[in-house]
Amino acid sequence: MIEIRNISKWYGSFRVLTDCSTSVAKGEVVVVCGPSGSGKSTLIKCVNGLETFQQGEVVVSGVSVGAKGTDLPKLRARIGMVFQNFELFPHLSVMENLTLAQVRVLGRTVEEATAKGAALLERVGLAAQAPKFPGQLSGGQQQRVAIARALAMDPIAMLFDEPTSALDPEMINEVLDVMVDLAKDGMTMMVVTHEMGFARKVAHRVLFMDKGEIVEDAPKEDFFGRPRSERAQQFLSKILHH
Amino acid sequence: MGDLDFDVIGRALPYLAHGMQYTVQLTVVAFAGGVVFGTLLALARLSSFKPLALAAAGYVNLMRSIPLLLVIFWFYFLAPVLLQSLTGAERPPQIGAERSAYITFILFEAAYFCEIMRAGIQSIAKGQAAAGFALGLDYWQVMRRIVLPQAFRNMLPVLLTQAIVLFQDVSLVSLLNVTDFVGAAVKIAQRDSRVIEMYLFVAVVYFLLCFALSSGARRLQLRLAIVR
Ligand SMILES: Nc1ncnc2c1ncn2[C@@H]1O[C@H](COP(=O)(O)OP(=O)(O)OP(=O)(O)O)[C@@H](O)[C@H]1O
Ligand SMILES: [Mg+2]
Repeated sequence: MIEIRNISKWYGSFRVLTDCSTSVAKGEVVVVCGPSGSGKSTLIKCVNGLETFQQGEVVVSGVSVGAKGTDLPKLRARIGMVFQNFELFPHLSVMENLTLAQVRVLGRTVEEATAKGAALLERVGLAAQAPKFPGQLSGGQQQRVAIARALAMDPIAMLFDEPTSALDPEMINEVLDVMVDLAKDGMTMMVVTHEMGFARKVAHRVLFMDKGEIVEDAPKEDFFGRPRSERAQQFLSKILHH
Repeated sequence: MGDLDFDVIGRALPYLAHGMQYTVQLTVVAFAGGVVFGTLLALARLSSFKPLALAAAGYVNLMRSIPLLLVIFWFYFLAPVLLQSLTGAERPPQIGAERSAYITFILFEAAYFCEIMRAGIQSIAKGQAAAGFALGLDYWQVMRRIVLPQAFRNMLPVLLTQAIVLFQDVSLVSLLNVTDFVGAAVKIAQRDSRVIEMYLFVAVVYFLLCFALSSGARRLQLRLAIVR
């Protein structure tokens, strides 16, 4: 489904990604972790072309993301993305947030889009919030709306960039629960997160990044059982011991 | 000063009202046109395509370093000649002072609105556009549906302040012999030799209108501040 082949990226002379390769199969959940600044966000944004890269290739469902002739909007419409800071559109109501791209990109009628939006709000437990504005919701609610917004496009895969790290602790679980449900439903997911509980529960594989490199790419059991690299071991002991 | 005759105002009121109508009309058209053109200029200035960004920046800086009065005169006198040489017509086409004023003000104000909208666009976090792109919206959709509405809302108080400046600047067209509010007053003042009365009246009207507009702008600013 998602193939990342030997991609490298530089900001000027600073190398953010070094020869990164991995893949996410259909229905697979891959968790990406690593210290701050290691390039996790950059890597995940290369998948839907929000970031460009100078070397290598990313192929999503047979389409090469970086290639010249690629219709990026069309590709992105099929890949859902959830951001650390939610990025709901504050000037639009919750329902309008859910319908905007359905109508403008997929060409659905407003009625269709609204029905779809209502069903997804129901699914994330926020049916009553449809007419409100994002600013009137809690962080956890906003992030659930953001997930619903991405799902409204019927994505073939979902990308999450630290979806819970801007949340107050008591709201983390309501978002993780939605993500666990999604994973159990067979959604293909690439998730940047430090929530190792989530990784343990639903991930198939865990990637560990450091300084722009994918240092470890292992099935969950191996990663938590006996990480091979020193750096991954240190990282794990740090985040698991508090 | 003993024999001021304010009745002249009452008698000239229909004529003055007609002038005011033109003033308001020109202000509104120049505001709308200036905001639209200025927003396009702002997008050009922020474009990653360097030649476009440079051209827009050059235009804006040029307009902002020439006095408005000169722009008005130049456009009025030079545009017909330029058009003539472009189209190869026998005589310079007549644009007319009123139409010339509309075009000049839009072109001039756009430079100022460009800078306001540019600041407004930059005030919207990059993540907003990224979220729009991630949903599959294209550049124009992201701008039109996500970035510009928020930028416009953030900048509304500043835009209104600029509109008040514009409303006052419109009086310069009276120098092209256009009958705006000031132009109408000048003509009456000269015809009836009632200069003091007329200019006092004009000043009072401008003061009242601008005062009302700016307190409206301030109130709007407070309202918007609560919404965020
Ligand atoms: N526009 C940019 N210009 C220059 N350097 C950048 C730019 N964006 C990111 N970087 C650098 O690239 C590196 C990787 O950034 P990235 O955001 O991918 O890290 P991350 O692993 O997601 O970190 P975090 O956990 O803090 O989100 C960082 O060192 C960052 O400073
Ligand atoms: Mg990041």
